[in-house]
Amino acid sequence: MKILVCIKQVPDSAQIRVHPVTNTIMRQGVPTIINPYDLFSLEEALKLRDKFGGEVTTLTMGPPMAADALRKTMAIGADRAILLTDRFFAGADTLATTYALAQAINKIQKTWGALDLVFTGKQTIDGDTAQVGPGVAKRLGLLQLTYVSKIVEADEEKREVVIERRAEGGTQVLKTKMPCLIAMLEGTNEVRRGSISDSLRAARADIITWSAKDAEIEDLTKCGLKGSPTIVKKVFAPPVRTDRAAFVEPGKNAGDSADVLIEAIFKRHPALEDDMTKLASGF
Amino acid sequence: MIEEKFDAIVIGAGMAGNAAAYTMASRGLNVLQLERGEYAGSKNVQGGILYADMLEKIIPDFREEAPLERHLIEQRFWMMTDRSHTGMQYRSDDFNEEKPNRYTIIRSQFDRWFNKQVQGAGAIVISETTVTELVSDAYGKVIGVRTDRAGGTVFADVVVLAEGVNGLLGARAGLRPTPRPEHVALAVKEMHFLPRETLEARFNLHGDEGVVIEAAGTISKGMTGMGFVYTNKESISVGFGCLVSDFAENQETPYGMLENFKKHPSIAPLLEGSEVKEYAAHLIPEGGFNTIPELFGDGWVVVGDAAQLNNAIHREGSNLAMTSGRLAGEAIFQVKSRRDPMTKQNLALYKKFLDDSFVMKDLKKYKDMPALLHTQAQNFFLTYPTLVSKAMENFLRVDGTPKIEKEKASVRAFREKRSLTGLFGDAWRLARAWR
Amino acid sequence: MSDKPAPAAPQQSRASAKKELPEHFRGYKHVWVFVELERGEVHPVSWELLGAGRKLADQLNVDLAAVVLGSPGDATRKAVNESFFYGADLAYLVEDSILGDYRNEPYSKAVTQLVNTHKPEILLLGATTLGRDLAGSVATTLLTGLTADCTELAVDADGSLAATRPTFGGSLLCTIYTLNYRPQMATVRPRQLPTPVRDETRTGRVIEFKADLDEDTIITKLLKFIPDRESAKSNLAFADVVVAGGLGLQSAENYQLVRNLATVLGAEFGGSRPLVQKGWISSDRQIGQTGKSIRPKLYIAAGISGAIQHRVGVEGADCIVAINTDKNAPIFDFAHIGIVTDAIRLLPALTEAFRKRLSPENADRLAG
Ligand SMILES: Cc1cc2nc3c(=O)[nH]c(=O)nc-3n(C[C@H](O)[C@H](O)[C@H](O)COP(=O)(O)OP(=O)(O)OC[C@H]3O[C@@H](n4cnc5c(N)ncnc54)[C@H](O)[C@@H]3O)c2cc1C
Ligand SMILES: Cc1cc2nc3c(=O)[nH]c(=O)nc-3n(C[C@H](O)[C@H](O)[C@H](O)COP(=O)(O)OP(=O)(O)OC[C@H]3O[C@@H](n4cnc5c(N)ncnc54)[C@H](O)[C@@H]3O)c2cc1C
Ligand SMILES: Nc1ncnc2c1ncn2[C@@H]1O[C@H](COP(=O)(O)O)[C@@H](O)[C@H]1O
Repeated sequence: MKILVCIKQVPDSAQIRVHPVTNTIMRQGVPTIINPYDLFSLEEALKLRDKFGGEVTTLTMGPPMAADALRKTMAIGADRAILLTDRFFAGADTLATTYALAQAINKIQKTWGALDLVFTGKQTIDGDTAQVGPGVAKRLGLLQLTYVSKIVEADEEKREVVIERRAEGGTQVLKTKMPCLIAMLEGTNEVRRGSISDSLRAARADIITWSAKDAEIEDLTKCGLKGSPTIVKKVFAPPVRTDRAAFVEPGKNAGDSADVLIEAIFKRHPALEDDMTKLASGF
Repeated sequence: MIEEKFDAIVIGAGMAGNAAAYTMASRGLNVLQLERGEYAGSKNVQGGILYADMLEKIIPDFREEAPLERHLIEQRFWMMTDRSHTGMQYRSDDFNEEKPNRYTIIRSQFDRWFNKQVQGAGAIVISETTVTELVSDAYGKVIGVRTDRAGGTVFADVVVLAEGVNGLLGARAGLRPTPRPEHVALAVKEMHFLPRETLEARFNLHGDEGVVIEAAGTISKGMTGMGFVYTNKESISVGFGCLVSDFAENQETPYGMLENFKKHPSIAPLLEGSEVKEYAAHLIPEGGFNTIPELFGDGWVVVGDAAQLNNAIHREGSNLAMTSGRLAGEAIFQVKSRRDPMTKQNLALYKKFLDDSFVMKDLKKYKDMPALLHTQAQNFFLTYPTLVSKAMENFLRVDGTPKIEKEKASVRAFREKRSLTGLFGDAWRLARAWR
Repeated sequence: MSDKPAPAAPQQSRASAKKELPEHFRGYKHVWVFVELERGEVHPVSWELLGAGRKLADQLNVDLAAVVLGSPGDATRKAVNESFFYGADLAYLVEDSILGDYRNEPYSKAVTQLVNTHKPEILLLGATTLGRDLAGSVATTLLTGLTADCTELAVDADGSLAATRPTFGGSLLCTIYTLNYRPQMATVRPRQLPTPVRDETRTGRVIEFKADLDEDTIITKLLKFIPDRESAKSNLAFADVVVAGGLGLQSAENYQLVRNLATVLGAEFGGSRPLVQKGWISSDRQIGQTGKSIRPKLYIAAGISGAIQHRVGVEGADCIVAINTDKNAPIFDFAHIGIVTDAIRLLPALTEAFRKRLSPENADRLAG
């Protein structure tokens, strides 16, 4: 089975800081990681490869340093990694990103044969749009399965896939045809630790690096900032409220504190008492 | 599985490990470096000051792209009581030289950069991999390492232990004793972020100039320890460290001590309005010369903190780590070039290099200091600072008391607390230890 | 509340780019809201969107249209009427048995065809699993911009949609425009916006649309739908009263105090993200940016510091009560009522006091 996994290198947002004065992001020293959601898709891809044979390729569009993230996918077990990097791609929104990725995927298929499955993460933690997967699918004419919680069956012969997918209010069980695009839901598997030989292979591997030209991108005006219909007009910190909470002085003991607190709540919102009495008695 | 064999395996990607791996890889040896953290430096802690000279010997043009924070132009030593500090301060424009001598750094960034150079030099680096055990042959010669990854044994002619102060592997393999609580300090550290302009105004700095404050006194509550404040580009590193044995005896927590230090009236205004990010705790070997373990054996050498190579008195560690790493790398390269086996006898070359360097010479010079500071902790950290502070206050307060009486009062205070012979005794012991 | 807008960061490049709508987009008019109808029920986010869409439409002086897709039947018709109650002027109705259950292929086809025929200037969808799955496909097919997970929508002076959303892990907000393309698309998370008042006297026009769909050409088939077990489902997002705990509670056992209070109040319970990571609560009970947004009448937060990622999920609450031992905890910057005390000790007392205060006897006495 030939499988491609789209991954993205993202700043570890847990460690992002905002400059208290200028409100700009202080990027200095913020470590980067593989977008955590992508790892669930990578693991699922590796599982399928282990079962059916074949190969897993990882792909990212990003700055040269994104090669680190790709190398890591190889240390986890991917067979090949491709970095799409070029100044033409800078400043891309989701539409321009999906264009470049789709073009690169076409070139990958030309080079190493048709893909059976393409995986993306559910969403990224920096862009956080969950749109790149559906966009890539649309551009490549792939059937699309997002929020997948389980791959029930993948039949290489019949070229059929059965999956479970999280929907509002329940789980859909869907059957579709390969090739298709799958975005796994988080927490659906546990990403493996590659072996020492995976690590050594990854450390020695050449990350295949493609410019726009290498990837045979047809229309450069559809890439990067140029190809992006959306623009970020301004970035700002959430408004600060100037008034703080009205503080209630704690009483002598917890019981007193509870009483004064309840008093304060109902004084502020008189209607609440009635509502809550109803709620408490199970209306 | 195909067996993998390297010329050398380096355990750890801290200062010592990176220096060793770089030295060997850049000379063409086939090097594997293993690091348990997510990436080199991810878990490493330092105040931290980088001493340029020792790095220059490894990467001469490091200033061009290494992530350096500020070069130091000013050093403040503060002797503290609960409400005051008496300071000595040295600032010189001469430190604004073309190739400054000391820099503040942030280890997680610096180590990462250093490790990239190691990779650039041709070493293979694998992170998120913990070495669990040294592998020896029937004769006790170390021939490789086992890791916590599947298929995890890798072989090499020589293993460089650069695993830092805990030195679990060395201890487990019986190559060194586990450090004792009175020989290690536990330091905790926080990063306080401030807008650059505020920071520079507060510390009287221009451009990339930096200041270091080292503080001791009653803030350690009679224990052997000290606090520090280092300026980075947009943040201040504030930390506090004490001997592990003291924490245990005095039922104090490192974090409590740091909180206390931060609230000190001389420190608090420096940190005001900052945003705290990152809290770290780390051990520092403080036993000095007398606690240095065996440094080499059949198929192995040990470098950096793992070998207790740390000059606690001068707060130097990373430079000794880098130098020992480099010298180990050079020794191994020489043995290898002669096509000699990595036996204990041949690896003695490393010890010889080390003895000839400042590392062993400095550590020997201060060999009695750690013990002295420990036994005289009450005096050094409680009594003297209080006396000095009292004297200063007495001297400065203009209240109509004749100066001569003020002087007498101060001398009396010194005598009451500590007999003159005691004072002289301490001074004498300090001088001897220093010598 | 006296909201003081923080100073804006230096503007991004191209932010001053000229807006010049190409000729063929100039006829795009009206605000559309995709009404999410799944298995006979409309997702409440659709009403919230109609509320926001109403304001946009009024400002632009255009119509607000609901887009309703579904299999022919009462549920679909009911959704249309409800759309009018919640503010729509008209509804585009696509009835087809193929549209019974959500599947990407027929839905994205139908919506795309509808857009190409009736040309809206703004198209809003809920940022639900369905909405996100659909929006990405539609926007890519139309080759237009899409701003995901917005927290605020507005139109600026020249009539373009200014969509504001969190960025960089929620530490900052950014405002995004779709220049030179139509429709301008955005998704909004449930419970981010208030539900408008339902007005049963309102009606509107229905425009039926026949989409070109054929089951034989649709490859993906639904084999089964397994509804969530009612009992396991948390109704956090829509509860009137929510009690939540954070790391300040210190242990899973102490978290039980939150549940006890919630039980007495008939409230829903939840918590901050670390509690999910520690396994004290299930992930559907996480409140905040990567969990659920809530808009209860009363929100009680015990031992929660109030990180920005938590804050964005609770700011819609009418009354936020914070219990925290640290008087400088950021939660006090946006809570309405605060008490600096140990939550582990206060919660049982609060439970008891509420039990007494809210008991029916007490209520009768009050009334009588
Ligand atoms: C708070 C503080 C302030 C300091 N300030 C200064 C200062 O200002 N200037 C100065 O010169 N020195 C300072 N030092 C000392 C200095 O940090 C150390 O001396 C130096 O880091 C030692 O380098 P090292 O490479 O030996 O050990 P480390 O830097 O500790 O590196 C050891 C590495 O080995 C890895 N490792 C450990 N075990 C394993 C294993 N089993 N498998 C794989 N990897 C493993 C660790 O993850 C780590 O990366 C300070 C120390 C502290 C704690
Ligand atoms: C991309 C991203 C997304 C995130 N999404 C979310 C999200 O959706 N939801 C979310 O909640 N978080 C989210 N987080 C995490 C968020 O940044 C905070 O880390 C988290 O909200 C903190 O949880 P906490 O308040 O429970 O813990 P802490 O920050 O540790 O706070 C505990 C609080 O309890 C107080 N306390 C301690 N003891 C007591 C006591 N006995 N009584 C009363 N108070 C006490 C302390 O003073 C402190 O204020 C996200 C982070 C990132 C980076
Ligand atoms: N630059 C990129 N390169 C490769 N894959 C990407 C890129 N951006 C997004 N993706 C993929 O698309 C998914 C959804 O991203 P997003 O729409 O940004 O939330 C991610 O989890 C990735 O799998």
